[in-house]
Amino acid sequence: MQQLVILGAGTAGTMMANHLRKKVDLREWKITIVDQYPKHYYQPGFLFMPFGLYSENDVVKQKREFIPEGVQYIEAKVDRIEPEANQLVLHSGMTLPYNILIIATGSKTAPGQTEGLLGDDWRKRVFDFYTFEGAVALREALKNWKGGRLVVHITELPIKCPVAPLEFTFLADWWLTERGLRDKTELTYVTPLTGPFTKPICSDVMGHLLTEKKVRTVTEFNIARVDNENHKIVSWDDKEVPYDLLVTIPTNMGDEVIERSGFGDELNFVPTDKNTLQSKVKENIFVIGDATDLPASKAGSVAHFESEVLTKNILHYMKGEPLEADFDGHANCYIESGYNKAFLIDFNYDLQPVPGTFPLPGIGPFSLLKETHINHLGKLAFRWIYWNVLLKAKPMPGIDHKMSRTGKHIPQEILAAEAVH
Amino acid sequence: MAQKQINGTTIDVNDEGYMTNHSQWNKVIAATIAEEEGITLTPAHWRVLDFIDHDFQEKGVVPGMRRMNKVGGIPTKDLYELFPNGPIKKAAKISGYPKPASCV
Ligand SMILES: Cc1cc2nc3c(=O)[nH]c(=O)nc-3n(C[C@H](O)[C@H](O)[C@H](O)COP(=O)(O)OP(=O)(O)OC[C@H]3O[C@@H](n4cnc5c(N)ncnc54)[C@H](O)[C@@H]3O)c2cc1C
Repeated sequence: MQQLVILGAGTAGTMMANHLRKKVDLREWKITIVDQYPKHYYQPGFLFMPFGLYSENDVVKQKREFIPEGVQYIEAKVDRIEPEANQLVLHSGMTLPYNILIIATGSKTAPGQTEGLLGDDWRKRVFDFYTFEGAVALREALKNWKGGRLVVHITELPIKCPVAPLEFTFLADWWLTERGLRDKTELTYVTPLTGPFTKPICSDVMGHLLTEKKVRTVTEFNIARVDNENHKIVSWDDKEVPYDLLVTIPTNMGDEVIERSGFGDELNFVPTDKNTLQSKVKENIFVIGDATDLPASKAGSVAHFESEVLTKNILHYMKGEPLEADFDGHANCYIESGYNKAFLIDFNYDLQPVPGTFPLPGIGPFSLLKETHINHLGKLAFRWIYWNVLLKAKPMPGIDHKMSRTGKHIPQEILAAEAVH
Repeated sequence: MAQKQINGTTIDVNDEGYMTNHSQWNKVIAATIAEEEGITLTPAHWRVLDFIDHDFQEKGVVPGMRRMNKVGGIPTKDLYELFPNGPIKKAAKISGYPKPASCV
């Protein structure tokens, strides 16, 4: 019997277990999935929790519920991967051999990376919403908010779901307005980037919206430390932003298991081929989701598109066939903008987000890079789709893992630049 | 694409002054670009520039701040002192490499 092991039963690992269970010959291959924790969190829901829009019940289920029959589930912390020995070493010291390994260990916040972030103000005036505990604590803090300086801050990139801090800012503006607190609150958005988002056209649109909503934006701010005593963040070039409430996105890093295994980059992300999803560590190791070092967004939608390509490539690899260089960096993200409206962006390695309709060209029902109520309904539907379609690896009719250019209004300058390359 | 004269040599640059053909780069050109940015190169600067050069040859991208710290052993504070107002941007420009996507 050959062994296929999936490390990590989060979004991406669970999808792979469900895909492979249907496709792999289980008389020849035994599939095992390992994760350290029992709970599966719907992380996109963390955005809504601080405003009381989602509760704990909306975002937590048991991991085991989503692991199909025929796949062995082991709850254990993995200490390290030994590529030369083709085995995992569990925290208990037990070893788990594999013929094929899929790494799906995700990324997580690392607040300890910033001086002072875990100081006296932590969870008193300084919060994050990228963890379940953080989102809950922030909800309690907002209940007591009377006004003052509310600062939303990104420490460094990459972060998972890079639009989430913008969404948080828009929702905060709405929430404060509804409660009659907006006039008493100075809302500031602080980013290390030169603009609100990584991609130029989308960044412009978001910049206008921030201005419209009277959010002060501080760009190119690279945090050196949190000054807990005087309640301000200080940059390396000595710029200061004072806060009464700081909502920060700490540094995001891959799991320490990658560092202990000796092959991660400086943020513990795994070197991965950006089109085949094979690791650069060894040919029988593949990587999916937030754990990769790909220049793609770290998002559940990306993990979904990757899972379709990776399933094909695992089957190819089992048969000794060449891999398909088929992943194009496709991402599809809603940007919640408050007042029951949202944007939608659809892009890949080569094409940045542009206006248009999705998924049906000219029809939609969703509008790209435009604020609509229907997009907001799409964002809300995403939770149901996540639990019932994506995790279970059921097909999403009409949405291919390859980004479609039809239905997109691609500006002349972009087409001209593409023609040169 | 624009061109620029430095000490009698012609170099290709983009509209922000980043060199587009690294084979045209040499230490004299580096020193001249540095002067334009208000920086006089010292051995401490060269340690940074050499690391960027070495790392770019290996990885094909300009290293970010965290990589400079962890792999290059150069603390962030030093980088800000050596190359004020956006150390990576400036160091990349002086090294003759493209402007990095992350924009420190
Ligand atoms: C606030 C927020 C909002 C978001 N919004 C969106 C959105 O709107 N749309 C979208 O598409 N995406 C969104 N995302 C991103 C999305 O949640 C992630 O990209 C996705 O969950 C990544 O899946 P993953 O499987 O790679 O990692 P995860 O789901 O995080 O799973 C990693 C798993 O590996 C396990 N693991 C790690 N190390 C070990 C070890 N040593 N031993 C054993 N087990 C280990 C962990 O326990 C975990 O279960 C959001 C994320 C956040 C935080």
